[in-house]
Amino acid sequence: MSANRNSDLVSRRAAKPHTSMFLRMLMRAAVLRRGRAASALVAMVVAAAVATAMLNLYVDVQAKLRKEFRNYGANIVVVGKHGQALPADAVDKVESAIAGQGRAVPFAYVVARTSDGQSVVVSGTNLDQVRNLNSWWSVTAWPNASLDALVGTRAAAVVSPQGKAFDLTFQGRNIHLKPAGTLRTGASEDSRVYLALKDFESWTGVQPSTIEIASSGSPEEVNALIQKLSQAAPTAEVRPIRQIMEGEARVLGKARATLAAAAILIVATAALCVLSTLIGWVFDRRRDFAIMKALGASEGLIGGFFAAEAAALGAVGAVLGFGIGVGVAAWIGRVNFHAPVVPRFNVLPVVFVGSIVVALVSAVLPIFLLRRVQPAMILRGE
Amino acid sequence: MFGRLVYESLRRQKRRKLLAGVAITLGVGVATAMISVATDIGDKISRELRAYGANLVVTPQEDTLDVQIGGVDLKPPSDGAYLNEADLPKIKGMFWRNNIVGFAPMLPVSVRLSHSDDTNSLTLLGTYFSKQLTFGKQDFVTGVRSTHPWWKVQGAWPNDNSSDVLLGESLAVKLGRKTGDEIEIAGQAHRVAGILSTGGAEDNQIIAPLALAQQILGKPDAVRRLYVSALTKPEDAFARRDPQTLRGAEYDRWYCSPYAASIAFQLQEAIPHSHAEQIRQVAQNEGIVLSRIKGLMLLVTLAALFASALAVSAAMATAIYERRTEVGLMKALGAGNVSVAALFFAEAFLLALIGGVVGFAGGALLARQIGRSIFDSQIAMEPVLFPVILAIAVIVTFAGSAMAIRRAIKFDPVYALRGEA
Repeated sequence: MSANRNSDLVSRRAAKPHTSMFLRMLMRAAVLRRGRAASALVAMVVAAAVATAMLNLYVDVQAKLRKEFRNYGANIVVVGKHGQALPADAVDKVESAIAGQGRAVPFAYVVARTSDGQSVVVSGTNLDQVRNLNSWWSVTAWPNASLDALVGTRAAAVVSPQGKAFDLTFQGRNIHLKPAGTLRTGASEDSRVYLALKDFESWTGVQPSTIEIASSGSPEEVNALIQKLSQAAPTAEVRPIRQIMEGEARVLGKARATLAAAAILIVATAALCVLSTLIGWVFDRRRDFAIMKALGASEGLIGGFFAAEAAALGAVGAVLGFGIGVGVAAWIGRVNFHAPVVPRFNVLPVVFVGSIVVALVSAVLPIFLLRRVQPAMILRGE
Repeated sequence: MFGRLVYESLRRQKRRKLLAGVAITLGVGVATAMISVATDIGDKISRELRAYGANLVVTPQEDTLDVQIGGVDLKPPSDGAYLNEADLPKIKGMFWRNNIVGFAPMLPVSVRLSHSDDTNSLTLLGTYFSKQLTFGKQDFVTGVRSTHPWWKVQGAWPNDNSSDVLLGESLAVKLGRKTGDEIEIAGQAHRVAGILSTGGAEDNQIIAPLALAQQILGKPDAVRRLYVSALTKPEDAFARRDPQTLRGAEYDRWYCSPYAASIAFQLQEAIPHSHAEQIRQVAQNEGIVLSRIKGLMLLVTLAALFASALAVSAAMATAIYERRTEVGLMKALGAGNVSVAALFFAEAFLLALIGGVVGFAGGALLARQIGRSIFDSQIAMEPVLFPVILAIAVIVTFAGSAMAIRRAIKFDPVYALRGEA
């Protein structure tokens, strides 16, 4: 039995002598010097984690910040040409063109008269959607009943100074409204009265003349959407709100450039950390190197041995580091943007290859330096 | 003897010291650059956010309601009250004058074009383009070019003292006029200096120097409203307090913080009979965007500090680990643990100081370069950063060396000298 097994072993070893010895040397090197190998691995993992977190953040931050920028409200506006109302199906057409990539809110406007004959702009809209679109509106209470109105602070002083119900007239037709809350924006909305589109249409018979759209895409996507909308509603004028688009592009560009600079610095520092640890680790093992050489190993084999070791270290470090880095990026996203940064797996190959390259460079560099030294000198401890 | 040991060690082991020194220098450099960028990013982004235009608006106190749809003013021009143009330069006398990036008065008047079959009246908007104003001894330039940066002109911006006008893009097409043509407004010929494109209601208007609009209206010094673009601090709970209810020190703190609300309050004080309000769309969101970007940079800076601390520690550990034989020799000659540790710490301290100073200088240069290439302006360096960075460098270097030093002195000198480490 035992002879049988022995011959088995011998024949197996004969079949793959080099591979088996090579693997054993690799394994033993890692196991016997756990401390040093572990510290090199830790450096590798941390560097890969930091690199992953920064790359992930850099890729994802644009989407995150763009969401914040959508708080500025609409970036596209659709209006009837020459001040006319939009066709009745315009809202549906716009909704289907956006296809969930943003919000569209219709607005209808008329100039009505108060009971003492003053002009006031009244707007009919979908109040629930406005609430989401224009988050900066400071509203005391949103209307939810029929014939409740949202009154701008300046308009309130004119139409219902005591907060009582009031009458408005448009082309001889009267409407009785109850002020549900007041609205403060600091702009022309303060002088207006807002009510639900249904109430507005049954009172005035006027259709929406403006659709405000907040599209959350990149500038290219927004431009494509404008093209699509122009085709979908040929009788309307579709235009970007330049103030919002340009401000966003500018701030986003600067923020991203700063983050990119930071990412480069951090990744470079992490790579340096790996480099110095690994060089120390390999340098420390010059005795192994010398023994191998003294026993007759070729330079190529020794180089291959150290390179394989470094590559294995780099691969393991990259995979572990990727996991940790994704976690760090998610945490940063949660803390800062209240939404986790989505793991980007297309970052993995970059981190993986980068780690292995850095590991290989830091392993091969000391070998290259030691190449010309006689093994006897190293073994003698000089 | 101790001094000589340290000195000789630095002099003779240049390669090893260089490796650790380079690591410290780079680590400190990255940390310095990141901290200075992170501390200054609020200011920088705040300035970039001014691309959204004015965040405050000043209107006459006794004004009637705006009758405005889609940016077109339907209010009869005779209606309502006006601000006095002569009061505007007083803005540069208020407490937060240096935070005022610019302001632009607006005076819409309706005009009819002579020799035009279009019977509809048009809006002519009087404003400052980049007007030279004086307050006390201070000269400054302000107008729509700083408060409305998204306005684009084909041709040239008119001079504020001329009677040249800008034509809105759509209006120019409708009238068939281009840059350099003449246009007759209210019986007088005016040169079209350029074509204006804003993507808003101004595309259908004539934009003219303020004095021309006042002359057409027949009210010298009249201004309908004033847009102010100011650098503000994000709003917090304290900013939302009503100044009327604040007392003494609290009131001073509120008044002396550049909140949009307190700048609006001061604008009201500076311009008689006025009402100043923050334009919430711009002012509120500015705070949100600013705090997000600042928060992001803070977290990223922490990551950078962590990475550079790690790099320094790793380099120091390697440098000390390589010197086990030396430790063995010292201990064999009778040196105590304390004196060996002291020697290593003294070396680490010197390295940290040198690396810290060089790294700080390099980091400052790096920060400057980042500021110049991304924001076109200098990153302000806080002088207090220098001692802080040096202290961090020393602490991190010590922390990184401590473990390695402990392991080095614990090692049996016999094994170390025999090379069986």
